[in-house]
Amino acid sequence: MSNVSSASFPVKRGLAEMLSGGVIMDVVTAEQAKIAEDAGAVAVMALERVPADIRRDGGVARMSDPEMIDGIIGAVSIPVMAKARIGHFVEAQILQSLGVDFVDESEVLTPADEAHHIDKYAFDVPFVCGATNLGEALRRISEGAAMIRSKGEAGTGNIVEAVRHLRSILGDIRRVGQADSAELFDWAKKLQAPLPLVQEIASTGRLPVPLFCAGGIATPADAALAMQLGAEAVFVGSGIFKSDDPARRARAIVEATTHHRDPEVLAKVSRGLGAPMTGIAMDEINQRYAERGW
Amino acid sequence: MRIGVLALQGAFEAHLRAFSALSIDTIAVRTPPALAGIDGLVIPGGESTALSMLIQSAELEQPLRSAVVSKLPLFGTCAGMILLADEVTGRRPDQVNFDAIDIAVERNGYGRQLQSFEADLDLDVTNDRRFRGVFIRAPRVTRLGPGVRVLARHLNDPVLVQEGRTLVASFHPELTSDLSLHQYFITNVVRAAEAA
Repeated sequence: MSNVSSASFPVKRGLAEMLSGGVIMDVVTAEQAKIAEDAGAVAVMALERVPADIRRDGGVARMSDPEMIDGIIGAVSIPVMAKARIGHFVEAQILQSLGVDFVDESEVLTPADEAHHIDKYAFDVPFVCGATNLGEALRRISEGAAMIRSKGEAGTGNIVEAVRHLRSILGDIRRVGQADSAELFDWAKKLQAPLPLVQEIASTGRLPVPLFCAGGIATPADAALAMQLGAEAVFVGSGIFKSDDPARRARAIVEATTHHRDPEVLAKVSRGLGAPMTGIAMDEINQRYAERGW
Repeated sequence: MRIGVLALQGAFEAHLRAFSALSIDTIAVRTPPALAGIDGLVIPGGESTALSMLIQSAELEQPLRSAVVSKLPLFGTCAGMILLADEVTGRRPDQVNFDAIDIAVERNGYGRQLQSFEADLDLDVTNDRRFRGVFIRAPRVTRLGPGVRVLARHLNDPVLVQEGRTLVASFHPELTSDLSLHQYFITNVVRAAEAA
């Protein structure tokens, strides 16, 4: 009996596994959090402004007010996540003290450190980090991240960058799987990633933590595209509450994520949802959040 | 023999991998036709609120109720335990439950993620073997019916219980590489049901 340990890596990664196949939704109020839970969200991301508004407003984006995070924790029974700035370990300490279930060390907020990410092993709360390629994903895992998500390009309603990142990460995992043992040393060098992690993915064919998709999902078809490409779950930021009918769209994206290989279900849930968020093309933006992080 | 794993949301891939490692044929269940011809069904961990809604929208609620009535062998882990229990506290009023085992459970009964933990369990069913139980925002068993057998406890709480052909765990055997509980389900629940 006993030998109890909390906050071990299996306990942290375990929550990420439980969210698989689900949709994590950005919410800015307790009312939105309840709409998300009612629609079947597996977790909510509590923040003051969705990425589309951060992009519009400019300026420095920081951790949300603990009072609003508390309000959302009190409003729903599903896990609650919140964002800290890259490298801002004090924001992460505050979020942990509030009892959030996952911290997103997020490029959507303005980075606090241009060289270092948070030492995530120093925390009991699990972390999710964004990545654009396999090397970045493995560096975040080596720092203790229990979940990786594509960065995509948040707040654009444009899936193109998330697709690029998923294809890069999953394509390189497939290529590493074809390498012989001598070539893995070169892969570790090229990826700027720890050799043991490269060897692990070569033998298992998968990341050691779940890989989710984030950044630009606006429609049920976008969510299903991410899942068919190999994401294990999806984050939807601005895409729900910047659309005409958030409750219906949220529900439709949940159904599409589960039944992502069933075009008949996808067609059914895509009907009559009203307008999605408008979205922006990549050559129309002047700040790429995906370039934040190192 | 074929085992169905409810694959709407949650850690279903890990259960599918576990049974494959035991050379057991599996099917991911997302629609009612996938239930045909299975010899046992796993309801995995995940978020019980989301699972409940997805069960209803996939029109799986009635087929699953029929499966319970016909005594299909069932294995529920974490959220699966919540969905199979007779009585649940802390659940949404519109959440489905299948009354497959006479226990009461409290949703998130051990607290939030920061209170999640792993611990060695003594399993009555695996030849005196220890089993590493991973508990994630786990349900706590608060009442046991008279016909319910306790197979493992953590401190004083029952965490692995069985009544007839329904086996439920508040932890996640699919998250460890130890396959002994999946093997127990096959040998002592599914094969025992076939022999009966």
